[in-house]
Amino acid sequence: MTGDDDLLTVTDLRISFDVDGRAVEAVRGVTFGLRRGRVLALVGESGSGKSATALAALGLLPATATVAGSIRLGDQELVGADRRLLRTVRGGRIGTVFQEPMSALNPMFTVGDQIAEAVAAHRPAGRDALRRRVRDLLELVGLPDPERIARAYPHELSGGQLQRAVIAMAVSCDPEVLIADEPTTALDVTVQAGILDLLRELRAKLGTAILLITHDMGVVADLADDVVVLRDGRVVEQAPAEQLFARPGEDYTRLLLSSVPGRTSSPRAVPAAGPPLVRLDHVTIDYRGRQGRRVRAVDGVSLDLRAGEIVGLVGESGSGKSTLGRAIAGLVPVTGGALEVAGTDVAAARGHARRLRAVRARLGIVFQDPASSLNPRRSIAGCVAEPLLLHSHLRGAALDSRVDDLLDAVQLSPSLHERYPHELSGGQRQRVAIARAIALDPALLIADEPTSALDVSVQARILELLAGLQRDLGFACLFVSHDLAVIEQLADRIAVLHEGRLVEEGPADAVLGSPREAYTRRLLAAAPVADPAEQRRRREARAALTAIP
Amino acid sequence: MTAAASLPAGRRARWRRIAGDRWAVTGAAVVVGLLVIAAAAPLLSAVEGQDPYTYHLDALDDSGVPRGFGGGISARHWFGVEPLTGRDLFAIVVHGARTSILVGVAATALSVLLGVLVGMTAGFFGGWYDRITGRAIDVLFGFPTLILMIALGAIAPAALPKPALVVGVIGLFGWPGIARVVRGQTLALRGRTFVVASVSLGAGPLHVLVRQILPNLGATIIVYATMLIPGMIGAEAALSFLGVGVPPPTPAWGRSIGDAIAWVQTDPMFLVFPGAALFLTTLAFNLLGDGLRDALDPRTAGVAR
Repeated sequence: MTGDDDLLTVTDLRISFDVDGRAVEAVRGVTFGLRRGRVLALVGESGSGKSATALAALGLLPATATVAGSIRLGDQELVGADRRLLRTVRGGRIGTVFQEPMSALNPMFTVGDQIAEAVAAHRPAGRDALRRRVRDLLELVGLPDPERIARAYPHELSGGQLQRAVIAMAVSCDPEVLIADEPTTALDVTVQAGILDLLRELRAKLGTAILLITHDMGVVADLADDVVVLRDGRVVEQAPAEQLFARPGEDYTRLLLSSVPGRTSSPRAVPAAGPPLVRLDHVTIDYRGRQGRRVRAVDGVSLDLRAGEIVGLVGESGSGKSTLGRAIAGLVPVTGGALEVAGTDVAAARGHARRLRAVRARLGIVFQDPASSLNPRRSIAGCVAEPLLLHSHLRGAALDSRVDDLLDAVQLSPSLHERYPHELSGGQRQRVAIARAIALDPALLIADEPTSALDVSVQARILELLAGLQRDLGFACLFVSHDLAVIEQLADRIAVLHEGRLVEEGPADAVLGSPREAYTRRLLAAAPVADPAEQRRRREARAALTAIP
Repeated sequence: MTAAASLPAGRRARWRRIAGDRWAVTGAAVVVGLLVIAAAAPLLSAVEGQDPYTYHLDALDDSGVPRGFGGGISARHWFGVEPLTGRDLFAIVVHGARTSILVGVAATALSVLLGVLVGMTAGFFGGWYDRITGRAIDVLFGFPTLILMIALGAIAPAALPKPALVVGVIGLFGWPGIARVVRGQTLALRGRTFVVASVSLGAGPLHVLVRQILPNLGATIIVYATMLIPGMIGAEAALSFLGVGVPPPTPAWGRSIGDAIAWVQTDPMFLVFPGAALFLTTLAFNLLGDGLRDALDPRTAGVAR
């Protein structure tokens, strides 16, 4: 797919890393071309080599990497180019946007100074000219009140504002190519939608070619013209976006597309109404911030969970959804209101070790990042045995056999039982965490973003596993997530949180199909779907939604 | 990026990293050699045919200076003899290794035990307890430790065994450093999800401290202990140098060095042998500690050398 009008041409790129004396191949012969004014998406799961490919173009790989093959920008070869040439290319001809806007900016300087520095590095100019340029750039990326933003330090801005500032820096020298490495992964969906719109706009205005690196098929559908699917450092398929989504040519592409969560099964039989297992009545949770200031994380939320039902708790970062989940487990003190789990007042039980233990014996929690939720110094079997050692009298062979049963239930092969967490993949680790959570046959399972740290194909299998276990064991489940599509796939009922308040709550079909509240509608419209045509229609609908305030 | 992030942090990789660090391997070899010498001290001096207590006045001239080359180096006395007494210097140096290592390791063990206990509990429980221990550590850091140690050594009742006193005094003043590091690590570990997960399963504080946090402090403790030993050996030598350490006639490098200062013009080798032994020991432990830290500390593990 390389042609004469390609701006950035990658030919047979090979990258290997030296890991403790062994060469580990990350990229094994990747070829593609990026055309002027187009958006090319490099899609793949973690370890597919997509980021390494982008960093190679900038000459930013660590010293342990060996690069072979060719990356040409126009008629200049970038692989093995000397430092002076690379310096003129970085920031000058290729701009870069990274995943974490907070760590991409220096916290000690104002945003304006940092953009001015980026401009001055390639085009030295007087102070007034620089200041004007910074203001123009901030205006270009759609930041209101550019003067104020330029004077602000990074910690004074939100994630979305910061990412816009980073983009302003990246396009400050009118680069021919913009490399965007997971530019929206760290952002909320409503913010993500704005950033994607901005990138689309910049391409139209400046004619910049964009190399988009992402794992999210929804983002690809929203922005990309052409798609290159990578797996284990090899190109699996490349095609124009419309064609790839409509008629994927390879099995792996089809797998990726089918793994994108969405409503699959028919609505489940809603469990019979009984007394609520968890009852939240006007629950308020405050955090003590700096200098004794109180920050209200959860503000008067009332919600019931009945035995055997799955309730999805949706919200963006800072909405208080995780805090609420942790409060139910008694991990966070409740400031006001009543919080009961199976008839025990959790708020009052804090400080009474025995009563709290009794509550905790009846619930299990699965956390977001399986890499950190398992003790790195204990074997898999040891991790799963922990709740049984704490709450049951099983010891010796009986304990071992129960642990084996649990690991069987989450479909982990017996050969892994004596391994340590770092020897397992992310999906396997999350299975271990699930096995630990269901060890005591809990009445309630709290799943706090259990799939956010996982690749999409792994996420699909973990969601399947959770649904299956719930069917078999019949526990109630509070499923906390920022991802509507994931919630949609599992939940019977959905509760939407926004800035600590419960915005909307009801059966899943009702909330998703005909949302009553404007915030829910915005949230729904912002989540990209993996279908370019459908995504275009939704984009227009969203524009209409935001036009009428 | 993604491939580089998944570096194997396995035990084998760590060993390879230590083995590849030439200085650390040298340090380890010297440390092992020292341990063997200390353990076999009576055997070694028996091979030479001497012991560290017997006077050899025949090896001295009338003014008490050893006869012959380099402080009386000969086939009978490999390192020469001590001035005034004529005791065999080789026997004194190899037996001194026992004193130094015994006192150094015991004081380190005491310091590490106290430091880990205080640091872990302070970091885990926080609150007023943490504030009090924090102040105590500040006070100990600002304290003129050596002067207090000398004073304690001077006023301690004679019934108290001196080596135990030295171990106690050095050990009791050595824990603040490791307590601070362990407290910081515990604080970080307490926020890690696996600790929160354990609490959410209903685990009590003792279970969390012993089963979840302590195993993850292992590397830190090993590294700190290794780096603490040379300082402790140095402190013992300093006390013995000043005459308040291990009492004579038990051989101690510090006391020999202190005595040798007076003879440095007439018999420089009396200073060289115990001095070199002390220098080599502290250097070897420091090299080993540095190497261990580079290999075990995840923050320096990724740095290419």
